[in-house]
Amino acid sequence: MQAFAYARPESIPEALALLAEHGSGAHLLAGGTDLVIALRNGSLRPTVVIDLKRVTGLSPAIRREDGRLCLGATTVMRDVERDAEVLRHFPALAEAASWVGSVQIRNRATVVGNICNASPAADTAPPLLVYGAVVLAVGPDGERRIPINDFFVRSRQTTLPAGSLVTGIELPLPAGRMGSAYTRLTRRRGTDLASVTMCAGVDGAGVTRLAYGSVGPRPVLVCDESGVLADPAAPDEVKAPILEEMLAGASPSPRSMRAGPEYRLAMLRVLGRRALQTAIDRLAKGMA
Amino acid sequence: MNDRFPIDLKVNGQRYQVDVPVYRTLLDFLRDDLGLTGTKECCVVGECGACTVIVDGRTVNSCLMLAVEADGGEVLTVEGLAAGGRPGPLQRAFLEHGSAQCGFCIPGQLMSAHGLLLENPHPAAAEVHEALAGNLCRCAGYEQITEAVLAAAEEVGG
Repeated sequence: MQAFAYARPESIPEALALLAEHGSGAHLLAGGTDLVIALRNGSLRPTVVIDLKRVTGLSPAIRREDGRLCLGATTVMRDVERDAEVLRHFPALAEAASWVGSVQIRNRATVVGNICNASPAADTAPPLLVYGAVVLAVGPDGERRIPINDFFVRSRQTTLPAGSLVTGIELPLPAGRMGSAYTRLTRRRGTDLASVTMCAGVDGAGVTRLAYGSVGPRPVLVCDESGVLADPAAPDEVKAPILEEMLAGASPSPRSMRAGPEYRLAMLRVLGRRALQTAIDRLAKGMA
Repeated sequence: MNDRFPIDLKVNGQRYQVDVPVYRTLLDFLRDDLGLTGTKECCVVGECGACTVIVDGRTVNSCLMLAVEADGGEVLTVEGLAAGGRPGPLQRAFLEHGSAQCGFCIPGQLMSAHGLLLENPHPAAAEVHEALAGNLCRCAGYEQITEAVLAAAEEVGG
Protein backbone atom coordinates (compact mmCIF):
# COMPACT_ATOMS: atom_id res chain seq x y z
CA MET A 1 0.00 0.00 0.00
CA GLN A 2 1.08 3.61 -0.61
CA ALA A 3 2.67 5.52 2.24
CA PHE A 4 0.81 8.23 4.14
CA ALA A 5 1.01 9.78 7.58
CA TYR A 6 -1.54 8.91 10.24
CA ALA A 7 -2.90 11.19 12.90
CA ARG A 8 -5.19 10.30 15.77
CA PRO A 9 -6.50 13.53 17.29
CA GLU A 10 -8.24 13.43 20.65
CA SER A 11 -10.30 16.59 20.35
CA ILE A 12 -12.32 18.40 17.69
CA PRO A 13 -10.01 21.50 17.74
CA GLU A 14 -7.03 19.19 17.23
CA ALA A 15 -8.77 17.52 14.28
CA LEU A 16 -9.65 20.89 12.75
CA ALA A 17 -6.05 22.09 13.18
CA LEU A 18 -4.84 19.03 11.26
CA LEU A 19 -7.37 19.73 8.50
CA ALA A 20 -6.20 23.35 8.33
CA GLU A 21 -2.54 22.35 8.26
CA HIS A 22 -2.83 19.71 5.54
CA GLY A 23 -5.62 21.16 3.39
CA SER A 24 -6.60 18.97 0.48
CA GLY A 25 -3.89 16.45 1.43
CA ALA A 26 -5.87 15.43 4.50
CA HIS A 27 -8.49 12.70 4.47
CA LEU A 28 -10.75 11.78 7.37
CA LEU A 29 -11.06 8.17 8.53
CA ALA A 30 -14.07 6.82 10.40
CA GLY A 31 -15.01 3.23 9.46
CA GLY A 32 -12.56 3.01 6.56
CA THR A 33 -14.62 0.58 4.49
CA ASP A 34 -14.44 2.90 1.49
CA LEU A 35 -11.23 4.75 2.36
CA VAL A 36 -8.93 1.75 2.80
CA ILE A 37 -9.97 0.42 -0.62
CA ALA A 38 -9.14 3.81 -2.19
CA LEU A 39 -5.80 3.95 -0.34
CA ARG A 40 -4.88 0.52 -1.62
CA ASN A 41 -5.89 1.06 -5.24
CA GLY A 42 -4.41 4.57 -5.32
CA SER A 43 -7.63 6.38 -6.28
CA LEU A 44 -7.00 8.60 -3.23
CA ARG A 45 -3.51 9.79 -2.36
CA PRO A 46 -3.74 11.71 0.91
CA THR A 47 -0.62 12.93 2.69
CA VAL A 48 -2.30 12.37 6.04
CA VAL A 49 -5.17 10.18 7.21
CA ILE A 50 -6.93 11.63 10.25
CA ASP A 51 -8.60 8.92 12.33
CA LEU A 52 -11.66 10.33 14.13
CA LYS A 53 -12.42 7.32 16.33
CA ARG A 54 -10.60 8.61 19.42
CA VAL A 55 -11.92 12.17 19.26
CA THR A 56 -13.82 13.16 22.40
CA GLY A 57 -17.24 14.34 21.28
CA LEU A 58 -17.39 12.06 18.23
CA SER A 59 -18.62 9.01 20.09
CA PRO A 60 -20.37 6.11 18.35
CA ALA A 61 -23.35 6.30 20.72
CA ILE A 62 -26.88 7.04 19.48
CA ARG A 63 -28.35 9.71 21.77
CA ARG A 64 -31.94 10.69 22.42
CA GLU A 65 -32.17 14.42 23.00
CA ASP A 66 -35.08 16.79 23.34
CA GLY A 67 -37.32 16.01 20.36
CA ARG A 68 -34.63 14.34 18.30
CA LEU A 69 -32.33 11.38 17.88
CA CYS A 70 -28.63 12.06 17.26
CA LEU A 71 -26.22 9.78 15.44
CA GLY A 72 -22.54 10.41 16.08
CA ALA A 73 -19.75 10.81 13.52
CA THR A 74 -18.57 7.28 14.34
CA THR A 75 -21.94 5.52 14.74
CA VAL A 76 -21.79 2.28 12.74
CA MET A 77 -24.51 0.76 10.55
CA ARG A 78 -24.83 -2.34 12.72
CA ASP A 79 -25.75 -0.23 15.75
CA VAL A 80 -28.26 1.81 13.75
CA GLU A 81 -30.05 -1.25 12.37
CA ARG A 82 -30.57 -2.68 15.86
CA ASP A 83 -31.16 0.46 17.94
CA ALA A 84 -34.55 0.40 19.66
CA GLU A 85 -35.18 4.15 19.16
CA VAL A 86 -34.20 4.01 15.48
CA LEU A 87 -36.43 0.96 14.95
CA ARG A 88 -39.32 2.67 16.71
CA HIS A 89 -39.17 6.14 15.15
CA PHE A 90 -37.12 5.71 11.96
CA PRO A 91 -37.64 2.12 10.78
CA ALA A 92 -36.71 2.94 7.16
CA LEU A 93 -33.27 4.07 8.35
CA ALA A 94 -32.82 0.79 10.23
CA GLU A 95 -33.87 -1.08 7.08
CA ALA A 96 -31.44 0.91 4.92
CA ALA A 97 -28.55 0.34 7.35
CA SER A 98 -29.31 -3.39 7.45
CA TRP A 99 -28.95 -3.61 3.64
CA VAL A 100 -25.42 -2.26 3.55
CA GLY A 101 -22.64 -4.71 2.62
CA SER A 102 -22.30 -7.58 5.06
CA VAL A 103 -22.20 -7.88 8.85
CA GLN A 104 -18.43 -7.31 8.70
CA ILE A 105 -18.88 -4.11 6.69
CA ARG A 106 -21.75 -2.88 8.88
CA ASN A 107 -19.64 -3.40 12.00
CA ARG A 108 -17.21 -0.76 10.66
CA ALA A 109 -19.05 1.45 8.15
CA THR A 110 -20.55 4.63 9.58
CA VAL A 111 -23.72 6.46 8.55
CA VAL A 112 -21.81 9.75 8.48
CA GLY A 113 -19.14 8.22 6.25
CA ASN A 114 -21.90 6.93 3.98
CA ILE A 115 -23.32 10.42 3.42
CA CYS A 116 -19.92 12.18 3.29
CA ASN A 117 -18.79 9.87 0.47
CA ALA A 118 -22.06 10.94 -1.16
CA SER A 119 -22.39 7.92 -3.41
CA PRO A 120 -25.63 8.26 -5.41
CA ALA A 121 -26.35 4.69 -4.24
CA ALA A 122 -25.81 5.42 -0.52
CA ASP A 123 -28.44 3.39 1.30
CA THR A 124 -28.89 5.71 4.25
CA ALA A 125 -29.41 8.84 2.13
CA PRO A 126 -33.07 8.28 1.10
CA PRO A 127 -34.40 7.68 4.64
CA LEU A 128 -32.36 10.59 6.03
CA LEU A 129 -33.93 12.80 3.32
CA VAL A 130 -37.46 11.56 4.07
CA TYR A 131 -36.99 12.09 7.81
CA GLY A 132 -35.64 15.62 7.33
CA ALA A 133 -32.26 14.93 8.93
CA VAL A 134 -29.82 17.74 9.68
CA VAL A 135 -26.07 17.31 9.21
CA LEU A 136 -24.06 18.85 12.05
CA ALA A 137 -20.71 20.22 10.96
CA VAL A 138 -17.89 22.12 12.58
CA GLY A 139 -15.17 24.07 10.82
CA PRO A 140 -12.92 27.11 11.06
CA ASP A 141 -16.01 29.35 11.12
CA GLY A 142 -17.69 27.44 13.92
CA GLU A 143 -20.66 25.11 13.95
CA ARG A 144 -23.09 24.75 11.11
CA ARG A 145 -26.39 22.90 10.60
CA ILE A 146 -26.93 21.70 7.05
CA PRO A 147 -30.35 20.26 6.07
CA ILE A 148 -29.47 16.98 4.40
CA ASN A 149 -31.25 17.91 1.18
CA ASP A 150 -28.72 20.77 0.85
CA PHE A 151 -25.78 18.46 1.58
CA PHE A 152 -25.50 16.22 -1.50
CA VAL A 153 -24.05 17.59 -4.75
CA ARG A 154 -22.85 14.57 -6.69
CA SER A 155 -20.78 11.44 -6.12
CA ARG A 156 -17.98 12.27 -3.65
CA GLN A 157 -19.03 15.92 -3.50
CA THR A 158 -21.01 17.60 -0.74
CA THR A 159 -21.57 21.18 0.44
CA LEU A 160 -19.46 20.53 3.55
CA PRO A 161 -17.08 23.53 3.58
CA ALA A 162 -13.37 22.82 3.17
CA GLY A 163 -11.58 22.32 6.46
CA SER A 164 -14.78 21.14 8.18
CA LEU A 165 -15.92 17.81 9.53
CA VAL A 166 -19.30 16.29 10.27
CA THR A 167 -19.87 15.72 13.97
CA GLY A 168 -23.21 13.96 13.71
CA ILE A 169 -26.68 13.74 12.23
CA GLU A 170 -29.86 14.90 13.91
CA LEU A 171 -33.19 13.25 13.21
CA PRO A 172 -36.21 15.24 14.42
CA LEU A 173 -38.76 12.91 16.03
CA PRO A 174 -41.93 12.95 13.90
CA ALA A 175 -44.44 15.40 15.39
CA GLY A 176 -47.43 13.21 14.58
CA ARG A 177 -48.15 9.79 13.20
CA MET A 178 -45.91 8.59 10.39
CA GLY A 179 -45.42 5.46 8.31
CA SER A 180 -42.19 4.88 6.41
CA ALA A 181 -40.37 2.17 4.50
CA TYR A 182 -37.11 1.61 2.62
CA THR A 183 -36.47 -0.80 -0.20
CA ARG A 184 -33.77 -1.24 -2.80
CA LEU A 185 -33.01 -3.15 -5.97
CA THR A 186 -29.81 -5.19 -6.01
CA ARG A 187 -28.50 -8.08 -8.01
CA ARG A 188 -28.26 -10.23 -4.89
CA ARG A 189 -28.80 -10.07 -1.13
CA GLY A 190 -25.53 -9.32 0.65
CA THR A 191 -22.44 -7.36 -0.38
CA ASP A 192 -23.87 -5.54 -3.36
CA LEU A 193 -24.44 -1.89 -4.17
CA ALA A 194 -27.97 -0.72 -4.90
CA SER A 195 -29.19 -0.36 -8.48
CA VAL A 196 -32.15 1.67 -7.19
CA THR A 197 -32.82 2.92 -3.65
CA MET A 198 -36.25 4.08 -2.50
CA CYS A 199 -37.72 5.42 0.73
CA ALA A 200 -41.33 6.47 1.29
CA GLY A 201 -42.76 8.37 4.25
CA VAL A 202 -46.44 9.13 4.81
CA ASP A 203 -47.68 11.23 7.71
CA GLY A 204 -51.04 11.59 9.41
CA ALA A 205 -51.70 14.90 7.59
CA GLY A 206 -51.55 13.11 4.22
CA VAL A 207 -48.15 14.37 3.14
CA THR A 208 -46.07 11.82 1.21
CA ARG A 209 -42.30 12.09 0.83
CA LEU A 210 -40.31 9.94 -1.53
CA ALA A 211 -36.52 9.86 -1.73
CA TYR A 212 -34.65 7.76 -4.23
CA GLY A 213 -31.13 7.21 -5.43
CA SER A 214 -28.74 5.35 -7.70
CA VAL A 215 -30.63 6.86 -10.63
CA GLY A 216 -28.68 10.10 -11.02
CA PRO A 217 -25.76 12.10 -9.66
CA ARG A 218 -27.34 12.55 -6.22
CA PRO A 219 -30.30 11.18 -4.24
CA VAL A 220 -33.57 13.04 -4.89
CA LEU A 221 -36.27 14.13 -2.40
CA VAL A 222 -39.80 14.89 -3.59
CA CYS A 223 -43.02 15.65 -1.75
CA ASP A 224 -46.75 15.31 -2.46
CA GLU A 225 -48.93 17.52 -0.28
CA SER A 226 -52.19 16.86 -2.12
CA GLY A 227 -52.98 13.90 0.12
CA VAL A 228 -53.76 11.71 -2.89
CA LEU A 229 -50.76 9.38 -2.68
CA ALA A 230 -51.27 8.83 1.03
CA ASP A 231 -54.96 8.03 0.59
CA PRO A 232 -55.40 4.24 0.65
CA ALA A 233 -58.76 4.65 -1.14
CA ALA A 234 -57.51 6.83 -4.03
CA PRO A 235 -57.70 4.93 -7.35
CA ASP A 236 -54.52 3.99 -9.11
CA GLU A 237 -55.25 6.12 -12.21
CA VAL A 238 -55.31 9.21 -9.97
CA LYS A 239 -52.12 8.26 -8.16
CA ALA A 240 -50.15 7.23 -11.24
CA PRO A 241 -49.60 10.71 -12.79
CA ILE A 242 -48.56 12.16 -9.41
CA LEU A 243 -46.08 9.35 -8.86
CA GLU A 244 -44.82 9.79 -12.43
CA GLU A 245 -44.11 13.46 -11.82
CA MET A 246 -42.35 12.71 -8.52
CA LEU A 247 -40.06 10.17 -10.19
CA ALA A 248 -39.17 12.48 -13.08
CA GLY A 249 -35.99 13.54 -11.29
CA ALA A 250 -34.32 10.24 -12.20
CA SER A 251 -31.58 10.32 -14.84
CA PRO A 252 -29.65 7.05 -14.59
CA SER A 253 -26.27 6.79 -16.25
CA PRO A 254 -26.00 4.52 -19.29
CA ARG A 255 -22.44 3.63 -18.23
CA SER A 256 -23.16 1.88 -14.95
CA MET A 257 -22.29 -1.80 -14.74
CA ARG A 258 -25.05 -2.73 -12.32
CA ALA A 259 -28.19 -2.07 -14.39
CA GLY A 260 -29.19 -0.32 -17.60
CA PRO A 261 -31.11 2.97 -17.47
CA GLU A 262 -34.37 1.49 -18.86
CA TYR A 263 -34.37 -1.25 -16.24
CA ARG A 264 -33.61 1.20 -13.44
CA LEU A 265 -36.39 3.54 -14.48
CA ALA A 266 -38.90 0.67 -14.75
CA MET A 267 -37.90 -0.69 -11.34
CA LEU A 268 -37.92 2.79 -9.77
CA ARG A 269 -41.69 2.87 -10.40
CA VAL A 270 -42.15 -0.61 -8.94
CA LEU A 271 -40.11 0.24 -5.86
CA GLY A 272 -41.93 3.57 -5.47
CA ARG A 273 -45.32 1.85 -5.36
CA ARG A 274 -44.07 -0.88 -3.08
CA ALA A 275 -42.42 1.46 -0.55
CA LEU A 276 -45.45 3.76 -0.61
CA GLN A 277 -47.83 0.87 0.09
CA THR A 278 -45.68 -0.40 2.97
CA ALA A 279 -45.52 3.12 4.42
CA ILE A 280 -49.33 3.48 4.17
CA ASP A 281 -49.80 0.06 5.82
CA ARG A 282 -47.42 0.98 8.62
CA LEU A 283 -49.17 4.29 9.19
CA ALA A 284 -52.48 2.42 9.48
CA LYS A 285 -50.93 -0.04 11.96
CA GLY A 286 -49.44 2.77 14.02
CA MET A 287 -45.82 1.76 13.37
CA ALA A 288 -43.54 4.67 12.50
CA MET B 1 2.86 12.28 13.01
CA ASN B 2 5.00 9.55 11.71
CA ASP B 3 4.85 6.70 9.26
CA ARG B 4 5.17 4.26 12.13
CA PHE B 5 2.87 4.12 15.11
CA PRO B 6 3.18 2.24 18.41
CA ILE B 7 0.30 -0.14 19.09
CA ASP B 8 -0.57 -2.25 22.09
CA LEU B 9 -3.11 -4.97 21.45
CA LYS B 10 -4.05 -8.54 22.23
CA VAL B 11 -4.25 -11.18 19.55
CA ASN B 12 -5.75 -14.51 20.61
CA GLY B 13 -5.10 -13.55 24.21
CA GLN B 14 -1.44 -12.72 23.71
CA ARG B 15 -0.29 -9.14 24.18
CA TYR B 16 1.82 -7.39 21.54
CA GLN B 17 3.45 -3.97 21.89
CA VAL B 18 4.96 -3.08 18.54
CA ASP B 19 5.58 -0.22 16.13
CA VAL B 20 3.73 -0.80 12.85
CA PRO B 21 3.85 1.13 9.59
CA VAL B 22 0.64 3.17 9.56
CA TYR B 23 -0.25 1.96 6.07
CA ARG B 24 -0.17 -1.72 7.11
CA THR B 25 -3.59 -3.34 7.16
CA LEU B 26 -4.63 -5.49 10.08
CA LEU B 27 -4.65 -8.40 7.62
CA ASP B 28 -1.00 -7.88 6.63
CA PHE B 29 -0.02 -7.32 10.26
CA LEU B 30 -1.59 -10.63 11.32
CA ARG B 31 -0.17 -12.63 8.44
CA ASP B 32 3.23 -11.07 7.78
CA ASP B 33 4.25 -9.66 11.16
CA LEU B 34 2.69 -12.23 13.49
CA GLY B 35 2.77 -15.20 11.11
CA LEU B 36 -0.91 -15.95 11.71
CA THR B 37 -1.64 -17.12 8.19
CA GLY B 38 -4.98 -18.74 8.99
CA THR B 39 -6.56 -15.39 8.07
CA LYS B 40 -6.67 -15.31 4.28
CA GLU B 41 -6.08 -12.54 1.77
CA CYS B 42 -8.40 -12.70 -1.21
CA CYS B 43 -10.47 -9.86 -2.71
CA VAL B 44 -9.02 -7.02 -0.56
CA VAL B 45 -12.15 -4.92 -1.10
CA GLY B 46 -14.39 -6.33 1.63
CA GLU B 47 -16.57 -8.51 -0.56
CA CYS B 48 -15.38 -12.08 0.02
CA GLY B 49 -14.91 -12.31 3.79
CA ALA B 50 -11.83 -14.57 3.64
CA CYS B 51 -9.97 -12.12 5.92
CA THR B 52 -12.71 -11.98 8.59
CA VAL B 53 -11.46 -11.68 12.17
CA ILE B 54 -13.14 -10.52 15.36
CA VAL B 55 -12.07 -7.21 16.87
CA ASP B 56 -13.53 -6.32 20.27
CA GLY B 57 -16.32 -8.83 19.81
CA ARG B 58 -17.33 -7.79 16.29
CA THR B 59 -16.53 -9.42 12.97
CA VAL B 60 -14.61 -7.20 10.56
CA ASN B 61 -12.84 -7.51 7.22
CA SER B 62 -9.22 -7.23 8.31
CA CYS B 63 -8.28 -6.10 4.77
CA LEU B 64 -10.28 -2.89 5.32
CA MET B 65 -8.80 -2.00 8.67
CA LEU B 66 -5.41 -0.51 9.40
CA ALA B 67 -3.40 -2.25 12.09
CA VAL B 68 -3.18 1.06 13.99
CA GLU B 69 -6.97 1.08 14.28
CA ALA B 70 -6.77 -2.08 16.38
CA ASP B 71 -4.57 -0.31 18.96
CA GLY B 72 -5.87 -1.05 22.46
CA GLY B 73 -8.18 -3.75 21.15
CA GLU B 74 -8.56 -7.49 21.30
CA VAL B 75 -8.33 -9.46 18.09
CA LEU B 76 -9.45 -13.04 17.66
CA THR B 77 -8.32 -14.99 14.59
CA VAL B 78 -9.11 -18.51 13.49
CA GLU B 79 -6.00 -19.74 15.33
CA GLY B 80 -7.66 -18.53 18.53
CA LEU B 81 -10.61 -20.89 18.05
CA ALA B 82 -8.36 -23.91 18.61
CA ALA B 83 -7.41 -23.87 22.28
CA GLY B 84 -4.20 -25.83 22.84
CA GLY B 85 -4.00 -26.57 19.13
CA ARG B 86 -7.14 -28.71 19.19
CA PRO B 87 -10.12 -27.77 17.00
CA GLY B 88 -12.95 -26.08 18.90
CA PRO B 89 -16.61 -27.16 18.66
CA LEU B 90 -17.33 -24.99 15.63
CA GLN B 91 -14.28 -26.30 13.81
CA ARG B 92 -15.19 -29.90 14.66
CA ALA B 93 -18.72 -29.35 13.35
CA PHE B 94 -17.28 -28.03 10.06
CA LEU B 95 -15.15 -31.17 9.78
CA GLU B 96 -18.03 -33.50 10.65
CA HIS B 97 -20.39 -31.89 8.11
CA GLY B 98 -17.90 -31.79 5.25
CA SER B 99 -18.12 -28.01 5.17
CA ALA B 100 -14.59 -27.50 3.87
CA GLN B 101 -13.92 -28.36 0.25
CA CYS B 102 -10.92 -26.37 -1.01
CA GLY B 103 -10.89 -24.77 2.45
CA PHE B 104 -9.74 -21.28 1.53
CA CYS B 105 -12.85 -19.47 2.75
CA ILE B 106 -13.23 -21.59 5.88
CA PRO B 107 -11.28 -19.42 8.37
CA GLY B 108 -13.47 -16.47 7.44
CA GLN B 109 -16.64 -18.57 7.57
CA LEU B 110 -15.61 -19.83 11.02
CA MET B 111 -15.01 -16.31 12.33
CA SER B 112 -18.35 -15.01 11.04
CA ALA B 113 -20.06 -18.06 12.54
CA HIS B 114 -18.23 -17.55 15.83
CA GLY B 115 -19.24 -13.87 15.84
CA LEU B 116 -22.86 -14.89 15.27
CA LEU B 117 -22.85 -17.43 18.10
CA LEU B 118 -21.34 -14.88 20.49
CA GLU B 119 -24.39 -12.67 19.92
CA ASN B 120 -27.01 -15.29 19.23
CA PRO B 121 -26.31 -18.76 20.67
CA HIS B 122 -29.41 -20.28 19.02
CA PRO B 123 -29.66 -18.89 15.50
CA ALA B 124 -32.24 -19.97 12.93
CA ALA B 125 -30.98 -21.04 9.49
CA ALA B 126 -32.00 -17.65 8.04
CA GLU B 127 -29.91 -15.89 10.70
CA VAL B 128 -26.91 -18.05 9.78
CA HIS B 129 -27.40 -17.11 6.11
CA GLU B 130 -27.52 -13.41 7.00
CA ALA B 131 -24.51 -13.55 9.34
CA LEU B 132 -22.43 -15.41 6.73
CA ALA B 133 -23.66 -13.42 3.70
CA GLY B 134 -20.33 -11.59 3.63
CA ASN B 135 -18.36 -14.83 3.25
CA LEU B 136 -18.17 -16.27 -0.24
CA CYS B 137 -17.44 -19.93 -0.89
CA ARG B 138 -16.52 -20.58 -4.50
CA CYS B 139 -16.91 -24.33 -3.96
CA ALA B 140 -20.51 -23.42 -2.97
CA GLY B 141 -20.53 -25.51 0.19
CA TYR B 142 -23.11 -23.23 1.76
CA GLU B 143 -25.53 -25.97 2.83
CA GLN B 144 -22.86 -27.90 4.73
CA ILE B 145 -21.55 -24.69 6.30
CA THR B 146 -25.03 -23.75 7.53
CA GLU B 147 -25.60 -27.27 8.87
CA ALA B 148 -22.29 -27.14 10.74
CA VAL B 149 -23.06 -23.78 12.37
CA LEU B 150 -26.50 -24.98 13.49
CA ALA B 151 -25.01 -28.24 14.84
CA ALA B 152 -22.28 -26.37 16.75
CA ALA B 153 -24.91 -24.05 18.23
CA GLU B 154 -26.84 -27.09 19.37
CA GLU B 155 -23.76 -28.68 20.92
CA VAL B 156 -22.42 -25.60 22.69
CA GLY B 157 -25.72 -23.97 23.58
CA GLY B 158 -27.35 -27.23 24.67
